[in-house]
Amino acid sequence: MASEITVTLLRFAFLALLWSFVFLILAASRRDLGVGKNFRATRAAAAPSSQPESRAAGQQTPPPPARPTQLVITDGAQAGSVLRLGDQPITLGRASDIEVSLQDDYASGRHARLFPQGSRWFLEDLGSTNGTFVGGTRLTRATPIEPGTDFRVGRTTMQLRA
Amino acid sequence: MAKKNLADSLPAPKSRRMVELALTLIAVALCPASMWLIDSEAIAEGETTWLLATAVLGGGALLIHIVLHLRARYADPFILPCVVALNALGLAMIYRIDLTTSANAGASQIIWTGVAMVAAAAVIFFLKDHKVLRKITYISLAASLVLLLLPLLPFIGLELNGARIWISVAGRTFQPGEIAKITLAIFFAGYLSIHRDLIMLAGKKVGPVRLPRFKDLAPMFVAWLASIGVLVFQRDLGSAILFFGLFMAMLYLATESRTWVALGLIFVAAGGVLAYNFISHVNYRIYAWIHAFDPEIYNQAYGGSGQIIQGLFGLAAGGLFGKGWGNGRPDLVAFSNSDMIITALGEELGLVGLAAILMLFLLVITRGLRAALGTRDSFGKLLAGGLSAVMVLQLFVVIGGVTRLIPLTGLTTPFMSAGGSSLLANWVIVAILLAISHTARAPHVVEMYDDQQDSIDYSGSENDGATSVISRISSTSAGGENE
Repeated sequence: MASEITVTLLRFAFLALLWSFVFLILAASRRDLGVGKNFRATRAAAAPSSQPESRAAGQQTPPPPARPTQLVITDGAQAGSVLRLGDQPITLGRASDIEVSLQDDYASGRHARLFPQGSRWFLEDLGSTNGTFVGGTRLTRATPIEPGTDFRVGRTTMQLRA
Repeated sequence: MAKKNLADSLPAPKSRRMVELALTLIAVALCPASMWLIDSEAIAEGETTWLLATAVLGGGALLIHIVLHLRARYADPFILPCVVALNALGLAMIYRIDLTTSANAGASQIIWTGVAMVAAAAVIFFLKDHKVLRKITYISLAASLVLLLLPLLPFIGLELNGARIWISVAGRTFQPGEIAKITLAIFFAGYLSIHRDLIMLAGKKVGPVRLPRFKDLAPMFVAWLASIGVLVFQRDLGSAILFFGLFMAMLYLATESRTWVALGLIFVAAGGVLAYNFISHVNYRIYAWIHAFDPEIYNQAYGGSGQIIQGLFGLAAGGLFGKGWGNGRPDLVAFSNSDMIITALGEELGLVGLAAILMLFLLVITRGLRAALGTRDSFGKLLAGGLSAVMVLQLFVVIGGVTRLIPLTGLTTPFMSAGGSSLLANWVIVAILLAISHTARAPHVVEMYDDQQDSIDYSGSENDGATSVISRISSTSAGGENE
C-alpha cells in the first residue's frame, strides 16, 4: 500500500537502525577495552563509611585506617597486577579456587596466607614445598609485612602498598 | 560525599547491566521491525507470528538478563544484545522465506529460540564458576566421542542430503555434532591447561625449532584421526574443518608455538591430499567448486552448483543497499533458510546490511576473546578463546562457502540458520562465555560477591588456626619491627 518513496525510505531506515545499533555497542564498549584494568576489587568505596561493629561482631577486629590496601605483584608471570585487599584473610597459591591464584609452577597449591591483624597484614607459609621468602629469609612463622617490602611465593614477587 | 569516596579509591568496576538491558531492547525491536517491513499488510490484517516471535525473543532475553543480574552480575554487557540482534534477524529471514516457499521452519525456529535461551539462562544460573567444567575434562572427551558416533548408529542415525550427521528421536531430528563443539572445547581446554608446559618445553631442539616428542604429538594425532573419521564416515567436510581448526587454535593459544601450527598444517595438507584422492565426494565437491559455472555442473540435480551460483546471483542482485526486506528472491536458492541464509540476507539488506551482521559477529567474538584476556585461570582463558575460535571458524566455513571462497560445506550460520541443534549449541556457548566474562570482570576479593556461601568460608574452621597463630606472633614478634 505504501508508496515507492516510503518503501525506499524505510529500507534505508532499517539499515541505518542496524548500523546505529552496531555503533551504539562500539561506543558503549569503548572504555572497556583496556586489559587488566579490572584486576582489582572494590571494598574501598564502602569501607571507610561502613560501620564495622555491625558486621560479625567479635570475629574480626575492626580495620584501622592505616593498614595497606593493595597487593601488587612486582615480578613473575602476573607482574603489574594489583589486587585490592579487604578485611578478610586471603590465600595465595597455584590452586584456582582461592583469592590470589598465581600462574606459577613453583608455587604450591595453597602456598601462603595473608591475614589482617590490627593495622598490619601478616604473612604465613602454609607448609609450601618451596617456601615463602621475605627479604631473602624463609618464613618459619607468621610475620608482619610492611608496605613496600618484597616477599616471594614460588617465583612471584609481591609487595603490599598503602 | 559518596562521590568523593569513590573518587578517592580505585574506580570500582561497574556491572553495566542497565547498558545491556537498553541495548537488548533495541536488539529485540529489530525482530518486529523486520517482520513489519516484510509484510506490513498481513500484520495489519491480524497475522500474529511477529507477536509470538517478539514475545519469545524478548522474554528469553529478559530471562537471561535477570539471571545475569542475579548470578553473574559482572558478565560482559555486549554479548547478549549482539546475539539477540542476530537471532532476531535470523527469525525474520526464516519467516520471510516461509512466505514465498514451501518451507515451514518459522514456528519451530521460534520454539527452538525459546528453548535455547532458557537453556542458556540455566547454564548461567548453574555455572557460577566455569572452573567446575575443568573437572569434567575426560567426561567431555567421552561425551564428544559418543556424540560424534551417534549419527552412525543404525537406528537413530539419519542421513540427510548426503551427510550422516543427524539423529532422529521420536520424529525430531538433531545434530549431535553441534553439542560436540562445546564438549570438545572443554576437553581441549582442560587437557591443554594441564599439559601446556610439557608440550611447550619437552623435546629436542634442532636449530630454532623445538621438535615435539611423539608422546605429546599423540593427542594431535587423535584429533586429526577423529576429524578424518568425521569426513569419511559422516561425509561432513565442514565439521571436520571445525573440529581440527578448534584443536589447532587452542593448541596455539596454549603454547604460542609456531612449530605446532606448522605441524598441524602439514597434517591438514596430508589429510586434504588423502581425502581428495581417495574419498569420491570430497573430490567431487572440489571439482564442482572450481567448475561451478559449467552448465553441466550447474544443472546437475543432486550435488550440483546451482544452489551456490543462485546464491551468488542473489548477492549480486542485492548490491550495496539490498532489495529491501521481502523484495528478494531467496525462493530460487535451495536451503535458503539454513545453509544459504547469508546470501538471502545479503540480497535483501545488501552489502551494507551484511556488513552490519558481520560486525555483530565480530563484536561477539571480540568480547569472547576479551573475556579470555581478562580471566585469570588458564583453563578459562583457553575455554573462552576456544569457543570464540569455534564461532570464527564456523563463520569462515559458512560465509567462505556461500561466497565460493572455499568449497561449500553444510554448516549453519550461528544464531541465524534454521535448525534447533545449532541454535541450542550456540546459545550455550554464549552462556559459557558470559559466565567466564563474569569472572574476568568481577572484583577479585571473594567477600565482594553477593552470596558468600558459595565461596570459601573463612569464618568457621580457619578462625582458630588464625587466632593460634596470632597468639604465637604476639609473643615472638614484639621487638622485631618498628612502627
